[in-house]
Amino acid sequence: MTGDSRGRMLASTLVALILTVLPLPPWLDVLRPAFLVLTVFFWSVNAPRSGGIALGFFAGLALDVFQGPVLGQHALALALLSYLVMREHQRIRSKPAFQQALIVFAALAVYEFVVFAIDGWTGHALGSPLRWVHVATGALIWPLAAPILAYSAGRLT
Amino acid sequence: MTAFGTPAGRPLGRSGSPGFRFTLFAALSVVIMYLDQRQHYLEHVRYALQAAAYPIQLAVNSPAAAWRWVRESVATRESLQQENARLRATQRDLELRAMRYEALARENGELRGLREALPPVVERWLAAEIVNIQQSSLRQRLLIDRGASNGVFRGQAVLDDKGLIGQTTHVGPWSAEVILITDSEHAVPVRIERTGLRTIAVGGGDSASLALPYLPANADIRSGDLLVTSGLGGVFPEGYPVARVTEVHRDAVQPLAQVRAATLAHVDTDTEVMLVWLRADQSAAPAAALNAAGELTHGNAAMQPQPAPPKPTAAPPAATPAPAPPAASPDTAAPRPPTANGARP
Repeated sequence: MTGDSRGRMLASTLVALILTVLPLPPWLDVLRPAFLVLTVFFWSVNAPRSGGIALGFFAGLALDVFQGPVLGQHALALALLSYLVMREHQRIRSKPAFQQALIVFAALAVYEFVVFAIDGWTGHALGSPLRWVHVATGALIWPLAAPILAYSAGRLT
Repeated sequence: MTAFGTPAGRPLGRSGSPGFRFTLFAALSVVIMYLDQRQHYLEHVRYALQAAAYPIQLAVNSPAAAWRWVRESVATRESLQQENARLRATQRDLELRAMRYEALARENGELRGLREALPPVVERWLAAEIVNIQQSSLRQRLLIDRGASNGVFRGQAVLDDKGLIGQTTHVGPWSAEVILITDSEHAVPVRIERTGLRTIAVGGGDSASLALPYLPANADIRSGDLLVTSGLGGVFPEGYPVARVTEVHRDAVQPLAQVRAATLAHVDTDTEVMLVWLRADQSAAPAAALNAAGELTHGNAAMQPQPAPPKPTAAPPAATPAPAPPAASPDTAAPRPPTANGARP
């Protein structure tokens, strides 16, 4: 892993973070896919050696600063996600796009469940069931997002 | 293709197996969460992180700011003149009202037997620009471009020209996060202007609605009533408009009325908000806040707000000139109603 591709990883993560905190009207906000999670998923699958769990943790911590009720909430969820995805990264990588989207769906569901559970345990607002919508939109957008992320990665894999 | 699930034997990363590193990071997150949640040990860390995050938030807002700037700079002379005329009319109107207000305040002071009129509770104002806005059912927050370097503190009231917006939760050096009164984690002590009935308005979780969950079914409230801040709790200045009741639903089965109200402030269209500093010696808060807590602790919270006697409509027992500490902390000031019910030792 060269320094260049590590730079690309951080840059794409930063862009994803900005897309995640970009202010949007409420109805669009509900539909917004969790770009940061998709990016961490991508890098954990395609370059598990470079970022891995640390990438998930620090990306999550950054998200916590912007919109977490408790510091460490998204950090834990994303670290778990990247760990699970890294374990299976060779199997996920060999799957066609459609099946990858299903895996993304499951991964996003796990992620959102962890965030949801921590919201509950720490006594914060649980929001409406609409918070789960992004799991579906994230999976739907994955076939589109994956090539873009691969392009940003410079097809290094 | 079956052996990939086992982490052993694959040299991944720099130190240890993925399982070990995950455990490490998970433990770290749990520790961070614990420290942040319990007594806010990480306030200083948050302060630094907020400073680090501010450039990104500014960058995120820059397209909107640029668009506004372009629109303002190409505004035609005609529309500017129109706006100017409108503003002048508004100003005249407000000046007239202010004159009337002073007379009323003096009269009110005389009625209360005080030597001179009560000073206004708000001491100082500061305008702040909205940098970022989050509106989901989970979080209703604003980021404003004033922070500790401008003297902003945690738990400071934020208003716009129509009514109450919220209070600051996290303060960074140059920015501050404001929790809106519509956030489902926020509660604001209010008074119904028509009757003087005091209660608590809880955020509805969308951009413009509040719920009043603690009113008995026979409470005197109807749609169209104006809710103003009651000044209890000491965070918000007394008597500022908050919301208008939109819906009162009385169910014969339920002991409590279901009341919803629409906020008067419209954060979606605002670009600027006002931060206020209360006078340190204002009579509104601490004694009254203790009273309110006491009322809440014994008995049913629903029974607490009783219609005030028709004498002076001003809510707080103003006869207790307790030397007030500056504004109370937001924990004691605007409690989430469930915790206010008994968690006070």
